Amino acid sequence: EALVINDPDFQHEDLNFLSRSQRYEQAIRKSSLMVLKLREHGIADPDEIYWFKSFVHRGRPEPLDLHLGMFLPTLLTQATPEQQDRFFMPAWNLEIIGTYAQTEMGHGTHLRGLETTATYDPATQEFILNSPTVTSIKWWPGGLGKTSNHAIVLAQLYTQGQCKGLHAFIVPIRQLGTHEPLPGITVGDIGPKFGYDEMDNGYLKMDNFRIPRENMLMKYAQVEPDGTYVKPLNDKLTYGTMVFIRSIIVGDSARSLSRACTIAIRYSAVRHQSELKAGEPEPQILDYQTQQYKLFPLLAAAYAFHFVGAYIKDTYRRISGDIIEGDLSELPELHALTAGLKAFTSWAANAGIEECRMACGGHGYSRCSGLPDIYVTFTPSCTYEGENTVMMLQTARFLVKSYTQVSSGQRVTGMVSYLNDLSRQRIQPQHVAARPVTVRINDPVSLVEAYKARAARLVEAAAKNLQAELNHRKSKEDAWNRTSVDLVRASEAHCHYVIVKLFTAKLSEISNAAVRAVMTELCLLYALYGISKNTGDFLQAGILTDTQVNQVNQHVKELLAIIRPNAVALVDSFDFHDVHLGSVLGRYDGNVYENMFEWAKKSPLNKTEVHESFHKHLKPMQAKL
Amino acid sequence: DVNPDLASERLTASFSVEELTARLDGGAEHTRMRRAVVEAIEKDPVFSRENQYFQSQNERYEAAVKRAVYLQKKMREMGWTENGPEVKYIYRCLSGDVAFSLHHIFMRSISVLGSDKQVAKWIPLATEYQIIGSYAQTELGHGTYLQGLETTAVFDIASQEFILNTPKISAMKWWPGDMGRSATHTVVFAQLYVRGKCYGVHPFIVQIRSLRDHSPRPGVTVGDIGPKMNFEHIDNGYLMLQNVRVPRENMLSKFCEVQPDGTYVRRGSQKINYFTMTTVRISILSEEVILPLMKACTIAIRYSAVRRQSKLKPGEQEEKILDYQTQQQKVLPQLAAAYAFHFINIYLHELFNRGYQEIQGRNFDSLPELHAFSSGFKATVTQYCTSGLEICLRACGGHGYSQLSGLPSLYTKALASCIYEGENTVLFLQTARFLIKCFMAASAGQPIPPSVTYLSSMKPGKCPAKDKLDFLSPDIYLKAYEQTAIRLLSSSAAKLQHLIQSGVEKHEAWNQCTVQLVKAAKAHCHYITVKNFVETVEKLDNKAGIQKIMKHLCDLFALHGIFSNAGDFLYDGYLSGAQMDLVTASYLDLLAVIRKDAVPLVDAFNFTDKSLNSALGSYDGQVYQRLYEWAQKSPTNQQVNPAYGKYLKPLLQNKLSKL
Repeated sequence: EALVINDPDFQHEDLNFLSRSQRYEQAIRKSSLMVLKLREHGIADPDEIYWFKSFVHRGRPEPLDLHLGMFLPTLLTQATPEQQDRFFMPAWNLEIIGTYAQTEMGHGTHLRGLETTATYDPATQEFILNSPTVTSIKWWPGGLGKTSNHAIVLAQLYTQGQCKGLHAFIVPIRQLGTHEPLPGITVGDIGPKFGYDEMDNGYLKMDNFRIPRENMLMKYAQVEPDGTYVKPLNDKLTYGTMVFIRSIIVGDSARSLSRACTIAIRYSAVRHQSELKAGEPEPQILDYQTQQYKLFPLLAAAYAFHFVGAYIKDTYRRISGDIIEGDLSELPELHALTAGLKAFTSWAANAGIEECRMACGGHGYSRCSGLPDIYVTFTPSCTYEGENTVMMLQTARFLVKSYTQVSSGQRVTGMVSYLNDLSRQRIQPQHVAARPVTVRINDPVSLVEAYKARAARLVEAAAKNLQAELNHRKSKEDAWNRTSVDLVRASEAHCHYVIVKLFTAKLSEISNAAVRAVMTELCLLYALYGISKNTGDFLQAGILTDTQVNQVNQHVKELLAIIRPNAVALVDSFDFHDVHLGSVLGRYDGNVYENMFEWAKKSPLNKTEVHESFHKHLKPMQAKL
Repeated sequence: DVNPDLASERLTASFSVEELTARLDGGAEHTRMRRAVVEAIEKDPVFSRENQYFQSQNERYEAAVKRAVYLQKKMREMGWTENGPEVKYIYRCLSGDVAFSLHHIFMRSISVLGSDKQVAKWIPLATEYQIIGSYAQTELGHGTYLQGLETTAVFDIASQEFILNTPKISAMKWWPGDMGRSATHTVVFAQLYVRGKCYGVHPFIVQIRSLRDHSPRPGVTVGDIGPKMNFEHIDNGYLMLQNVRVPRENMLSKFCEVQPDGTYVRRGSQKINYFTMTTVRISILSEEVILPLMKACTIAIRYSAVRRQSKLKPGEQEEKILDYQTQQQKVLPQLAAAYAFHFINIYLHELFNRGYQEIQGRNFDSLPELHAFSSGFKATVTQYCTSGLEICLRACGGHGYSQLSGLPSLYTKALASCIYEGENTVLFLQTARFLIKCFMAASAGQPIPPSVTYLSSMKPGKCPAKDKLDFLSPDIYLKAYEQTAIRLLSSSAAKLQHLIQSGVEKHEAWNQCTVQLVKAAKAHCHYITVKNFVETVEKLDNKAGIQKIMKHLCDLFALHGIFSNAGDFLYDGYLSGAQMDLVTASYLDLLAVIRKDAVPLVDAFNFTDKSLNSALGSYDGQVYQRLYEWAQKSPTNQQVNPAYGKYLKPLLQNKLSKL
């Protein structure tokens, strides 16, 4: 951290004042430097690289992300030893800069729909790559527009007249030396986006572009010189990468929300507004109940997501050993769970960041607050690496499958084991809701049970509705579609349960009594606030009574007051450096107003005292009127 | 050529699109006028927003000034006047991307707060653009709470001048539009001091820039506050005053005046002024959030009919994403809300026009009610529309994040409305204060204003619905909304009473109830919105299928609200769990019904492609072609890549392999 912050080479003007082109240029400059310095300092540990990188770019995307994060790893996992010899070292030394081109203009999450083709020509032993339609143009890959000279392209493989599905190909796109696009390649930047200004997300169109047979990544599937296709052994392996990337997004949700909370809570302690009591000085806005109600549940969520992210990462590490051994038994559940948790946490963090921004009033809207930037950088994660609704439905598929297993007398394990209780209950023909749950609203463990009961009820309701649709002799797909709103609700309830459960489990691991006490308060707040926002589910299922709902609402407000004195300390604990936070409102020293003024003076509109448009437009108009 | 996926959607409309457009415009003659204005403006290249997404803050600002200046010329050419019926269509067509909006507020504040003499002096100058005005109220450290402002204006009897000062950094004026670079004058709100006594906040006309060379006047520090989440075209500014003197005549003195000897005189009623402030909150709704939500629905729904994704059934073509229930659940409730708010906006305007008549007749009885309306609905509509806009953005998958979709800029612009003209939470609490007062009065058997008479009709009961079709009856769902609104309010009132009786100080008791009070105020506004939608539908005749489709939208808006706030309706058992399942079933059925008319329903908003300025939302649905063409116009593709020669080339050419 200090290594980067103290390095004058990494300093630059505030990004908010730069144009897109300038921001891209700065990012490239820093990335180039970063690579040099990493080697200079001999940093090779992935975690250290991650920290170094996130400090150089202050948690922002950069044009080499895809090269480092996708191109190199894909070479490592999917290239044959010969291919690694040819490509890996040049790529490691950045003679080759690559990206990963999967998404097309007309096709995203549904991979099988991709249209780019790679047709094998045994006469020349080459693949002919084509973008047959406008919708098949590769669109969005980071670093593709202006930076990369190679791309790993996903395309439908055709050999001997048959389509063999999606495969990956190494495609050179720009001339080494001049960086001009190669003949047959059309490549460029997709234009301005909602954030990601420094990233040259690109498009790529290929017209009869030929690459040698050896450029297909052939560690698993292969095409022999005569065009014979050799099938891969196991295609479940790709699940592992997806789980890994989604676990990173859960961690990102926690981090981004933590940053936003840090800014909003510190600023709320500095900002004074109106009067609570006539004649007294304006109070800190953090003393208003409505402000606490906006911010503290988000603070609790930031902590909750932090623990969830750590859990997935640990679980993944634990079972990835098994995967290498060929034991894939735990993978489906983890895969299903991370899909849902990715969606749940990114939706919540996305809404939370906006809530934090709104809680900062007008100044939250200024780019100096840093909040617009955190938002635009984070919000695409609701869509990339699997659109959230689709993710929720993946989790739902697993839940319904588990429910069906339980119904047919099998037992299920892991996070869905609560479904086992449903079958035991079915001995008496009563609705799950009728089961009395005695909820103690001051006890996290008891609240976990309440969330469990809610999840069980919603999974059961969705499964039953699905069955009812099927009984109307609808096709399986229509029935699924007509139940999908219910299914998403069931997934959300399941994820919510998992989060409350993991947060609660974490409490007993905390040895410091004071820390445990404050974490217990946050955990209670997280759980109770979740109930108060979803009272419908709990009331309808008979898990809580009206009186208990009242108590929950009341207790939420008591917790706000209890957490208030620790609020600033709780965000200080996230330990974001001011430079990393990038916010005038969220400064550690709280000197907000003087620094806002200093910041504004640097705005491009203030470069001259009299703006040129005065001479160009205003003055002539005044003269004419 | 219209994309066949979109063309097919238009063949099955259950109603006449043209007829609905005319209803939305308030009559076919208005539609004609709107189209004429739009055509005149759009064919003029000066007003093109084609490059908007590629411009820097400086370029956006310059273009907005240029358009504003040119607009004056255009208006004269076309014979349009500032008070004419065309004006709202002009601004709708320009999508607000034009400078000098604060200039108009400057003029209005002088008209409302100035004496006849002041009006006679300043208004002609401003009309002729000999001066350009702004309106400087908000300070760095103070927003919605006006009394907290710190700028001072001290009257100096000797020179007959006010001396204006910014005593500390948090008192600096911050945010006023058109002030950073353009304005020559501004109305400054400052604490008035005469002979050491503070008389509260008053407005002063202050010249901030030279009329000759536009340089700041002595004692004035003024500039742009820097980049924001949107509004790149507006030069929101800061202003610091150090012993700036203005003549006594520059204090706007319709209601209060400082006489030459320093005597402070108050005259007339400020209530009209108060009323004006209230109407501003309502006047922004259409342009700032309802129209943007309509645009976003147009973009998201047309795109959802063109975009295909995954297969519902193996072997078939990939499905339009609009056919997925989860997609319908995202975009169709927003469409229903856009209509609901369009109708509530009409209702509010009628209400305020009536109120204005009464006030002109010196009858101020309806003021508190109007104030509660303006606060509550400003907050409700801006909040709902803003979140609806974001839902539309995220419903467009990856392409929604491209600026070229038009959605990011619609969203980031609209969301400022949750803060300006009164922060929403504060506004909800103002409405709550009014509601609590009325509730107490009703409990004590006193008369209460017409909009809240329902508060006295609380009786315990159960919803009588037995079948999912029962929930398509407005009587059934309106009653449910009414009961919920009453219950939320009465429980907050009871809590407040209880706290006060148990010895908690009044202000502290209020603060402890604010979370509940906000909820109660929202429920009230939601109820009124549904009620107004129902009444609007009842008044429609079913010519050309309009009433039927509007009834579906009304039902959807109502049931979506119950579905999304189930807890509030289940609590106290007004709706049972089984009835909530019926609501859900009915709600999901409606999605499938409205799905069929989704594209015609957005076509009826009748936005031109130019005003949508979206690669995803054009009428012809040629989404991918347009995205590709527009991307190629990006400066990143038009200019030489500056990073290549400087950084990439050395990097690529092997400087590293030596390491």
